[in-house]
Amino acid sequence: MLEIKDLHASINGKEILKGINLTIKDGEVHALMGQNGAGKSTLSNVLVGHPAYEVTQGSIIFNGKDLLALKPEERAHEGIFMSFQTPVEIPGVSMVNFMRAAVNAKRKYLGEEPLTAGEFLKIMREKRKIVELDNKLANRSVNEGFSGGEKKRNEIFQMAMLEPTFAILDETDSGLDVDALRIVADGFNKLRKENTSAMVITHYQRLLDYLKPDIVHVLLNGKIVKTGGPELALEIENRGFDWIKAEIEA
Amino acid sequence: MEKTDQEKNKLVREVADRKYEYGFTTDVHTDIIDKGLNEEVIRLISARKEEPEWLLEFRLKAYRYWLTLDMPTWPHLQIPEIDYQAISYYADPTAKKKDGPKEIDPELMKTFDKLGIPLEERLALSGTAVDAVMDSVSVKTTFKETLREKGIIFCSISEAVKEHPDLVKQYLGSVVPYRDNYFAALNSAVFSDGSFVYIPKGVRCPMELSTYFRINAANTGQFERTLIVADDGAYVSYLEGCTAPMRDENQLHAAIVEIVVNEQAEVKYSTVQNWYPGDSEGKGGVYNFVTKRGHLRGADSKLSWTQVETGSAITWKYPSCVLSGDNSQAEFYSVAVTNNYQQADTGTKMIHIGKNTKSTIISKGISAGKSQNSYRGLVKVDARADGARNYSSCDSLLLSSTCGAHTFPYIDVKNDTAIVEHEATTSKISEEQLFYCNQRGIPAEEAVGLIVNGYAKDVLNKLPMEFAVEAQKLLSVSLEGSVG
Repeated sequence: MLEIKDLHASINGKEILKGINLTIKDGEVHALMGQNGAGKSTLSNVLVGHPAYEVTQGSIIFNGKDLLALKPEERAHEGIFMSFQTPVEIPGVSMVNFMRAAVNAKRKYLGEEPLTAGEFLKIMREKRKIVELDNKLANRSVNEGFSGGEKKRNEIFQMAMLEPTFAILDETDSGLDVDALRIVADGFNKLRKENTSAMVITHYQRLLDYLKPDIVHVLLNGKIVKTGGPELALEIENRGFDWIKAEIEA
Repeated sequence: MEKTDQEKNKLVREVADRKYEYGFTTDVHTDIIDKGLNEEVIRLISARKEEPEWLLEFRLKAYRYWLTLDMPTWPHLQIPEIDYQAISYYADPTAKKKDGPKEIDPELMKTFDKLGIPLEERLALSGTAVDAVMDSVSVKTTFKETLREKGIIFCSISEAVKEHPDLVKQYLGSVVPYRDNYFAALNSAVFSDGSFVYIPKGVRCPMELSTYFRINAANTGQFERTLIVADDGAYVSYLEGCTAPMRDENQLHAAIVEIVVNEQAEVKYSTVQNWYPGDSEGKGGVYNFVTKRGHLRGADSKLSWTQVETGSAITWKYPSCVLSGDNSQAEFYSVAVTNNYQQADTGTKMIHIGKNTKSTIISKGISAGKSQNSYRGLVKVDARADGARNYSSCDSLLLSSTCGAHTFPYIDVKNDTAIVEHEATTSKISEEQLFYCNQRGIPAEEAVGLIVNGYAKDVLNKLPMEFAVEAQKLLSVSLEGSVG
C-alpha cells in the first residue's frame, strides 16, 4: 500500500524529517506517537502534498505510484484522505456544494459520470448518520461556526463521503470529549473496509483503545526511533517518552 | 501552487485573452454621425429621434450647463483624459441603406442570438421580456403587446417620448436632474436609447423585464437613458445586461437610470455588467460612468439594487436610493470584481428622509491582478427621519498582492433616534483554504471559483434564478487563473 524510503523534508529551509522509513500494508492501522515538534504533522502534510513542505530526498510509493509526482488533488483521487488537525473554515461555501465538488472531481478522475443532485443527497444522508452529524451542520458553510468537536466529526463525515483507502488522522482526538471521541472512533471503524489502511497521529492512548493499531511507531527528531505492537502505546501512556530517549542515547 | 510571478502572469494573460466571450463585432450598416460635440450635434440627435421641442430644450440646457463643469477628480481612479470631440454621439445600426429591405437586418437578430438574447418571442427565456439596444438605438422590444394588455408600458425611451410624452415629461430628470453631476449633464444632453417602464396602480408585472445593451460601432459613446415608474402598489423586477467588442480604444458608456417608486410599490433592479474589461495589459475596455438613482416617493415602498460588476476597464457608479416615503425600505447588494488593470469605484448612497425608513448595504469587492477596487458609500439621515435604520457591510477579498482594495464610508446622521451600523472586513483566500479543497480532490481553479462564489453568495442569491447561475459562471471565469 504505502512505502516510504529515506524521506527527508523541510519547511522554510529547516529540515524536519531526517530519513523516514515506513511501510504500511493493506488493512493495517499504524499509530504515530512522539512529542511536539518530532515531525508527525510534517510527515502527514508531506504525504498529502502540502505546498509549504519541500521534499529534499527519498521516495514515497503508494499502490505502485510515485506519490511525490502527483498533485494534492490527484493523491486524494488515488485514495488518500487526511483528517486535519485544525480544519479551515470556508465562509459561504455550503458543505453540500463542497462535498459535491469533491465527490464529482474524484468521479471525473476515475472516468465516471458525475452524480445527480438526487443521488448525491441520498448518499450524503446515509453517511451523515454514521458520524451522527446533524443535518443543520451539513447545510452550513464548511466548518464555519462549528465547535472543535463538530469540526472533527465533519472530517470523519468527509472521509465517509470520499471512501479513501488510506486515511491519515492527524490528532483527530484533540479537543474531543469522551462522547465525541467515541462517535468519531466508531464512525471510523464502521467506515473501514478490509483493505483500508490508516496512520493515526495521537498523544493519547484513549483514541487507540478504540482504533486498535497493529503497529506503533515513535518519532523523535525527524526519525522513527522505535517500533512495536499495541503494548508500546500503553507503555508510553505510563512512562512518557524520556525512557526511549535514554535508550537511544545509551 | 508555488508558481513564479511570471508563470502566474502568463496564466492570467491567457485567461484574460481567451475568456471574454462577447468580444466579436457585428458587420452591419450603421449610420454614424460625425465625431464631435456641439449644439448642432445635439439638434441633429434630437431631429433624428423626431423629438418634441421641450426635449430639445432640455438637452440644450443640460449641454450648456455641462460646458461650465469640470470632470470631478475625487474618485480613487486613474482616468486618462477623455477627448469629447473625438467621440461620435449617435450610431444607428438599424438605419436602412438606400433601397434596402424594410425589416430588421438579420445580422442584428443573429448578434443577439449569439449573446444568448433571442429576440423572437417563441425562443425567449421563459417569463422574460427584452428591450435590445445596440449603440444608440433600440433594435426590438419583445412581449410589448402581452404586457400592454395589463396596462404595462415597456418600450424604448425614444418610443415612449413619441407615444407617452406626458409620462416622460412628468418623470424625466425628476430623480436625476441634469445638474446632478458632470456625466448626468452630459447624458442629459446627448442621451440616445434605453428603456421606459411604467407599471400602473396595483399591477404586478407578470414577467421579468430586461434591457440588453450592446456596444458595436467603434469610436462611439453610448448614452443610455432608462426610466422606470412603479405606481401605487405596483411590482416589477427588472434586469439589465451589457457587453461590448474587444477593441484597443476605450469607449464611453455614460448612462442615467431613474426609478420612481410610489406608495406600497416595489421595484427590484438587477445588473449583470460585463462590458469589455480591456486586455491583460490594461489596453482598451469600456469606461462605465453611470448615475443610477431611485426615489422611494410613497409610504411603504421598496427598492432594491443588485449589481454584479465584472466588466469595464473603469467602473464609476453609485446606484442610490432617496427614501422619502415613511416606512420605505431600500437595499443595495453588490459584487464588484476587478482583475488585471481594471479599476472600480462603486457603492451606493442611502438618503433617509421619511420616518422609520430602513436601508441595507451589502458590498463584496473581489480584486485580483493589478486592479484597484474601491467601495464608496454614503448613509445620510435627515433631521426628519425618526427611527431610521441602516446596516452596512463591506467586505473585500484580495486574490493577489499587487491589487488594491479600499473602503470609503461616509456617514451623516442628523437625527439621534437613528441607528446606523457599519462593518467592514478584508480577507484573502488563504493557502490553507485552497489546500483543504485540494486535499478533498478539488483542483485549484475550481476551488477559487467555489470560494469566490461562496464569498459573494449573499448577493448572488438576490438575483433572479436564471441570472444567478449565469453570474456564478461569470464570476469564476473573470477570475480564472488569478490565483497561482
